[in-house]
Amino acid sequence: MIAYLTRRLIQAALILLGVSIITFALLYLLPADPVRQIAGRSATPQTVESIRQQLGLDQPFVVQYWRYLTNLLSGDLGRSYIQRSEVTELIVSRLPASLILMVGAILCELAIGLTMGLIAAAKRGSATDQTLMVGSFIGVSAPQFVVGLLLLYVFAVQLGWFPIGGYGTWQHAVLPSLTLGILGAGWYSRMMRSSMIDVLRQDYIRTARAKGLARHAILFRHALPNAILPVVAMIGIDIGLFMSGIVVVESVFGWPGIGQLAWQAIQRVDIPIIMGVTLVSACAIVLGNLLADIVAPFIDPRIKLR
Amino acid sequence: MKKYLASTVAASALALVLGLAPASADEKLDPNAKQGGAITITYKDDVATLDPAIGYDWQNWSMIKSLFDGLMDYEPGTTNLRPELAESYEISPDGTTFTFKLRKGVKFHNGREMTADDVKYSLDRVTNPKTQSPGAGFFASIKGYEDVAGGKAESLAGVTVVDPATVKIELSRPDATFLHVMAINFSHVVPKEEVEKYGADFGKHPVGTGAYKLGEWTLGQRLVFERNADYWHKGLPYLDKITFEIGQEPIVALLRLQKGEVDVPGDGIPPAKFQEVMADPAQKARVVEGGQLQTGYATMNTTMAPFDNVKVRQAVNMAINKERIVKIINNRAVPANQPLPPSMPGYDKNFAGYKYDVEKAKALLGEAGHADGFETQLFVMNTDPNPRIAQAIQQDLAAIGIKASIQSLAQANVIAAGGDKAGAPMIWSGGMAWIADFPDPSNFYGPILGCGGAVQGGWNWAWYCNKDLDDKAAKADSIVDPAKADERYKLWGEIYAKVMEDAPWAPVFNEQRFTMRSPRMAGDDKLYVDPVHIPINYDYVYVNDVQ
Amino acid sequence: MTTPIAPDAPITAPMPAKRRVGVLGRLLKRPLAVIGLIIIAVTVLGAIFAPWLTAYDPNEQLFDGLTLEGAPLPPNAAFWLGTDLLGRDLLTRILYGARTSLIIGIVANGAALFIGTLVGVTAGYFRGWIGGTLMRFTDLMMAFPALLLAICLAAVFQPSLWIVAMVIALVNWVQTARVVFTETSSLAEREFIDAERTIGASTPRILFRHILPHLLPTIIVWGTLGISTTVLLEATLSYLGIGVQPPTASWGNIIFENQTYFQAAPWLVFFPGAAILALALAFNLVGDALRDILDPTQRGRA
Repeated sequence: MIAYLTRRLIQAALILLGVSIITFALLYLLPADPVRQIAGRSATPQTVESIRQQLGLDQPFVVQYWRYLTNLLSGDLGRSYIQRSEVTELIVSRLPASLILMVGAILCELAIGLTMGLIAAAKRGSATDQTLMVGSFIGVSAPQFVVGLLLLYVFAVQLGWFPIGGYGTWQHAVLPSLTLGILGAGWYSRMMRSSMIDVLRQDYIRTARAKGLARHAILFRHALPNAILPVVAMIGIDIGLFMSGIVVVESVFGWPGIGQLAWQAIQRVDIPIIMGVTLVSACAIVLGNLLADIVAPFIDPRIKLR
Repeated sequence: MKKYLASTVAASALALVLGLAPASADEKLDPNAKQGGAITITYKDDVATLDPAIGYDWQNWSMIKSLFDGLMDYEPGTTNLRPELAESYEISPDGTTFTFKLRKGVKFHNGREMTADDVKYSLDRVTNPKTQSPGAGFFASIKGYEDVAGGKAESLAGVTVVDPATVKIELSRPDATFLHVMAINFSHVVPKEEVEKYGADFGKHPVGTGAYKLGEWTLGQRLVFERNADYWHKGLPYLDKITFEIGQEPIVALLRLQKGEVDVPGDGIPPAKFQEVMADPAQKARVVEGGQLQTGYATMNTTMAPFDNVKVRQAVNMAINKERIVKIINNRAVPANQPLPPSMPGYDKNFAGYKYDVEKAKALLGEAGHADGFETQLFVMNTDPNPRIAQAIQQDLAAIGIKASIQSLAQANVIAAGGDKAGAPMIWSGGMAWIADFPDPSNFYGPILGCGGAVQGGWNWAWYCNKDLDDKAAKADSIVDPAKADERYKLWGEIYAKVMEDAPWAPVFNEQRFTMRSPRMAGDDKLYVDPVHIPINYDYVYVNDVQ
Repeated sequence: MTTPIAPDAPITAPMPAKRRVGVLGRLLKRPLAVIGLIIIAVTVLGAIFAPWLTAYDPNEQLFDGLTLEGAPLPPNAAFWLGTDLLGRDLLTRILYGARTSLIIGIVANGAALFIGTLVGVTAGYFRGWIGGTLMRFTDLMMAFPALLLAICLAAVFQPSLWIVAMVIALVNWVQTARVVFTETSSLAEREFIDAERTIGASTPRILFRHILPHLLPTIIVWGTLGISTTVLLEATLSYLGIGVQPPTASWGNIIFENQTYFQAAPWLVFFPGAAILALALAFNLVGDALRDILDPTQRGRA
């Protein structure tokens, strides 16, 4: 186990290294000059060159990257070119908002997905099953910005149940979490359905049925706990989805998370912020996958850590 | 020093006293104003920094003005200069030496009294390349600027502390805009000890002499300004507290305003709600309309064929249907025919400009040898409504045979393309548009129309360089005597008339400001469309529901 | 905007050529797949015959397409779905937008499928350091937040229709590569491949005669599902203002351009939004049915 973890962590570190190189290279190739953004309209060429030197942007790519990497290893993500604050501080100040959104999304996707999957499996082959599965496909086919705008229109504008965007109370979090969670709900309902069907085929369920236990007792007491675990264990993998989703969802709802931070930074080539957010996201994705892999053998003994 | 004084005396003898000492900052307070109360203002975007040497966004610009003061300022709601931290000033007859007498008893928020050393320190700091100030270039006329900017000196040779209450600033050339420069945020006075204490984080812990001090700042959520009880301008500010809520969509802000939770939506009325608000008399009454020192224009790269032909550029000017573009943005602008906006001194309201005339535009294009039109590219920043405006321009150009393909890119990419001589044939300026740094006609020339900006990485995206006009501009800016301001403005008017003859730009519109306020907010309307304080002048507004 | 790892990635066994003939027939027996096929057919026909289906030019900003205050027109007799904020006919733009979606869907997804298969087969068949390196690289791509990567790529290459297709391909090949890799490695260990090797068959022969035909079902399934992902990603990039360049109509940029008005004119968001949803859904339905049909290990389960 420890050897496995060590190996996986080393792999994760290498992956993050790769991510940092690729992102840094992409941003280096960007046809825009961050120094011009810093120096302003009235700057003399002299000033521009001086700022370029201070930031080390006159150095060759390898030197720039090496410096970024050494700073990174000492925990320094640098300072925003435009906002002039520590990138770490900016990300930390916005991370809670994104985390709230993700937790909300996980709750939504589990609540919706598991319920739909459970019902579909219980009524396998029926019209309900068919309808629910079409619903799950709609969930995975719906563009998040459309879902977001639609929910805003119906529940905030027309019905007035929730605020039209913004951040603060739990009411603010409902619609964005739902928007982010609907995609996952589509996948979870399908996974839950097949997992449940698998479990219902097992011998002990047949035994329980033979013993004449009530249908709902079999479903909820015996089948559900076993069916739910492998599905829930997949949550770690969702993080990748969320990291893409927050850019759009935060922009639709005006949610002050790291997605908006990254999007604004890209507009103004604020390279340290873009690097910072990408690395934090990649970290979360890698750890999420690792978590899913570690949890898997505990849930399904047939899976071994490799 | 003596010589200088002597020359001043001699000058006075000739009735050429340029120095004004009206001490008009002590103008009477609003008799109806009540002290106290708190207001809430919303913004969508994060406030970047409150360091006066660095902040250059339209939203932190006005906030910084309330936390810090400069030697000069403007009368509230106007573009008229007046002394602020300076009590009076004198200008030498040749217009190269400015002597400021400082107001006494002005204290920083940390309790220390502000002195001439602080003024010098602040100017040294903003021009020092290590500060990376986007405004350093404004101080280029101060003697010794080159050395500081080049890293050869730490201190501006031209700025001298005469005594704790007197600062003398010598310029390397006469500069009529210098008093404006002393009023922009970049020259606002900061206390050395606090800057050194916080280092690069000074922008998060601003300490100035302004009407308000920073109470609380929760990144990405909220800023609270509290009344500075020790403010030197007795009786100001009227409000006890201003809360800025960040991350609020304009549409949410408007709804909250209608519910009475917000006093001013900082980002204005969202386009989709504009008609609805203006159609309701009760709401419309609370909207203040005013001009903005802004011009939206399309640049044509005068060094790239076929835009190197003035007839082609004039044809483009005639082809654009500005009325329709104004309609597309819900009539929240007025059509423009010259670089300067109407509320800028020097604006020529009799200037005819190029009338919308498709036939004449076609004819001009034919004369230029492009009767069949040509293909080109129009660069635009990729946030709404700019791509839409670009498409409207594209359709207008198509009507005279010019096929312009649109390059809709991130702001930084458009700026980079504009600063590259072979980068962008045409750019729509929206989103990156020129909002004036200070209300003076020269501000629309230098970096965006002068030869100095027509360099690699510069902001003169038309690459327009007319040496005669540069000379004329220098001549206009050497008329330092405020009594001759009209003569100077006339000269600037001629410069822009000539610019329009050469037509490196097609000016399209000047945005109008529509500030909406809650019923409880009071104070002169012009405070709500203050040309230098956007959205409002925080120091002078008040609420009428206290006591 | 990424397809998550499908809950049950298909593992196909070799399949006799005879069975393939019946795929379409069996697809037509499934109502959901039929619905999907109909939506796709309608979209394709709409895209092809757009010029004949509408009286307007998609890019023409009509003088009477806006009110005096500059507001868009609601659906009416002249403009069946109303007009957009520039006074253009919305129906026309949606029809032409279908072209963008389909072209990107086919080109970008084709390219992603090609890259993915190439990487997956190479890594799965050759193993060794080439395979190891390639698969580590796919792991690395998996760690990227896909949308952020696409946004950065779109900022580096100034966007046009083909650049957007390329950006999407560069982001989307990873899933295919992983699935193809898994399958190829299990195929490569099978006896009949070993037998081929022992009788001295050349590597290209084994790859093209034996490995690729066996991968075909997987590629077809992933290719169909991938179009859905691609359509969504294109719409998202255009929605963020970094997709295809205006005035080219795309369902995503219709929403981008008009969303400030979505409360006053919700149809400007709903119609193009419904179009995106319908097309993505259609390819998902067909892809899922194909998976059931082509993949015996899955059949009877889902």
